[in-house]
Amino acid sequence: MSDSNKILNTVKDSPIIHVAPSPHIRDIKTHTQRMMIDVLIALTPVVIVSVYLFRMYAVKQLLICIVTCLAAEILFVRMRGRSLTIKDCSAGVTGIILALSLPGSAPWFVGVIASVIAMGIGKIIFGGLGMNIFNPAMVGRAFVMIAFAGLMGAGSYENITGLVDAVSGATPLSALKFNNTPAIFTHLFWGNTNGSIGETSAFACLLGGLFLVFRKTASWQIPFSILLTVLFIAGITDLAAAASGMLIVHHMFGGALMFSAFFIATDPVTSPLTSKGKWIFGCGTGILIMIIRLFSGYPEGVMFAILIMNALTPLINRWTNPQPMGEA
Amino acid sequence: MGLFKLKGFPGTGNFRHGIHPPDNKHLSNESKVEVMETPETVTLPLLQHLGVPCKQIVEARQLVSYGEMIGKGEAFVSASLHAPIAGIIKKNVMVTLPNGRHLPAISIQASGDQIAPQRLWDEMRSKEWPRDCISIYDPFTIVKLIHSSGVVGLGGAAFPTHVKVTPNDTRMIDTLMINGCECEPYLTCDYRLMIEAPRAIVAGALLTARAVSAREIVICVEDNKPEAVKKLKEATEQTVIKIAVLKTKYPQGSEKQLIKSVIGLEIPLGGLPSDVGVAMSNVGTMATVARGLIKESPLTHRVISVSGRGIKHPKNLFVPIGISIADVIDFCGGLTPDAARVVAGGPMMGFSFSDFNTPVTKGTSGITVLTHDEIKSEEETSCIRCGRCVDACPMNLVPTRLALAARYNNPSIASQYHIHACFECGCCSYVCPAKINLVQLIRAGKKLATASQKF
Repeated sequence: MSDSNKILNTVKDSPIIHVAPSPHIRDIKTHTQRMMIDVLIALTPVVIVSVYLFRMYAVKQLLICIVTCLAAEILFVRMRGRSLTIKDCSAGVTGIILALSLPGSAPWFVGVIASVIAMGIGKIIFGGLGMNIFNPAMVGRAFVMIAFAGLMGAGSYENITGLVDAVSGATPLSALKFNNTPAIFTHLFWGNTNGSIGETSAFACLLGGLFLVFRKTASWQIPFSILLTVLFIAGITDLAAAASGMLIVHHMFGGALMFSAFFIATDPVTSPLTSKGKWIFGCGTGILIMIIRLFSGYPEGVMFAILIMNALTPLINRWTNPQPMGEA
Repeated sequence: MGLFKLKGFPGTGNFRHGIHPPDNKHLSNESKVEVMETPETVTLPLLQHLGVPCKQIVEARQLVSYGEMIGKGEAFVSASLHAPIAGIIKKNVMVTLPNGRHLPAISIQASGDQIAPQRLWDEMRSKEWPRDCISIYDPFTIVKLIHSSGVVGLGGAAFPTHVKVTPNDTRMIDTLMINGCECEPYLTCDYRLMIEAPRAIVAGALLTARAVSAREIVICVEDNKPEAVKKLKEATEQTVIKIAVLKTKYPQGSEKQLIKSVIGLEIPLGGLPSDVGVAMSNVGTMATVARGLIKESPLTHRVISVSGRGIKHPKNLFVPIGISIADVIDFCGGLTPDAARVVAGGPMMGFSFSDFNTPVTKGTSGITVLTHDEIKSEEETSCIRCGRCVDACPMNLVPTRLALAARYNNPSIASQYHIHACFECGCCSYVCPAKINLVQLIRAGKKLATASQKF
């Protein structure tokens, strides 16, 4: 055939021609690992503030949780006989978030146990990244919160000695709840109050959180709807108590609200798929946070609120399943 | 969405979701259409369209002249085939098309006096195309002539055009939409045609509208092609044709999305544009209709773009149908050393192939050559349910759920979540951060769902 010489020439110049089904191009900017790295970058301001405020206590918790989470991931993945998944950085993210949600005073074994539970029961048992129903860090924290109530409860925050004066007292929300002593807005905003090591500075959380939203790694709907709902309910409470905005400030900037709205609730695995579902998820979380804060024995309710909404996520996905175009 | 209205149209000029891949049109959008000389051989598969293959009506060693019918589309949903060159029919051959079909084909060895392809292209480019004496054509004559010229949709799907324009008492056509969106990255053949031969498109559109008795004619162009809009505006002066300038977004050129953008109506699931009173056709098809009716020359040549970073000289070409892709690639200077994938069509929905003997068919809108850097395959990781595929799906489906249903052999879930509404545009695979081959899984899922319905 006369064509064959030409074809040979063409093929000689080009080393290998691949074939594959369409689409042939992919977005090179998005990648699971890149999303996890975004979270790590976004967590940096929070980590810096926590280390500045709590010094060695923060460094200790962070090291314990990160190392144990990575070790636990390797251990459990080996036990399941799967290939290693450390590369995707998700275990590191869980470790940091878990550490930041613990009080600085908690002894070393609290961090270790929380990490092992987070990775083992929270994540690997369900089938690893993407399969877990509950946010792993919150599973770990819930376990130690119940198992070591004395070490994790409101009282534990006051045991810290040798800290900056401002951060040795009760956490702002428990001070308000049990002693009715409000904190100052600037303290709540910049973070020189007591609390779990990552939650104190609303500013650092906002900074990192907005970066995540800007990068589209976290959805904007979830943090926005949580904050809006909390603002709304706190506003009503504030009006009812005639507190002239003091309650709003506490509920918005005190406690773990900012940290969890941006870093924990936005975990894509355990939150709904659709935009509408994300709104429902966020509003539900906001309502549950305020119910627990206002009516239960705990000063803070973010963790339980998120775990409950995680459990509802499959149901929300079912409710908000989008109608295909053209389906009347 | 909803806040903006497209001026003069009921739609918004936009549709929900979709993606913005780099369009890379700059590689070839400035190069004028070049005419390729008549090749030594052409190979014409008997099925280049959607529907029933046409029947070969010539025998081996028979002499054929340019434009002679060599395959007859006897069934309603079929299209005839005409000789793009004069020559001798070789004995029967089989070809494999990029889409995987293995088909009998007619091969013609050039011989005797050839028509100058340049003349055909000059005819197309001329400003002589009539705009006002359209009424001398009777609608049924138009349909008949479209049928006998073997016209099929040149946008890619290659659906026989006469089927679309056959008057139907139960489904009245209100609007004729001419699709010049060309939302696929890299491809520029429709763009060049709109710039260089707008009059032919307009003449074809007026003829087709007369056949379907449409009240409105809309030419749809994305807003990244201002030059084409300008030329079309000049060409449509003093006609009823309107031009809709739409948001540049993939897949704006998809039938359902385009109707939503311009008219604001949604085609029911499993339905056709005629269900909402629309007939849609590609700009290239319209130019071919004009040629078929006014110049009485059948569909034998088309414009293709040969682009991508893997080709030495990206070009837009006017080629005879049936020319081998090797000839086309050689004409464009061959492949670069880092060329890695050759695709018939655009990179989002085109078919990749490795056999360069395969011919250009009626539905080939271009050849895209991608390089190693562009197709770097990455390891698939677990779905993290981020919902990006949901936010990208122009059909408003949940691709990740469909893909999971396919992966775990669950046809009932797949059908329940409307797997058949997917038209495999590739948006979900494009955005997936876990690099899951969603479209591939969904294709498998469709087969599974269809099979389980049968038994």
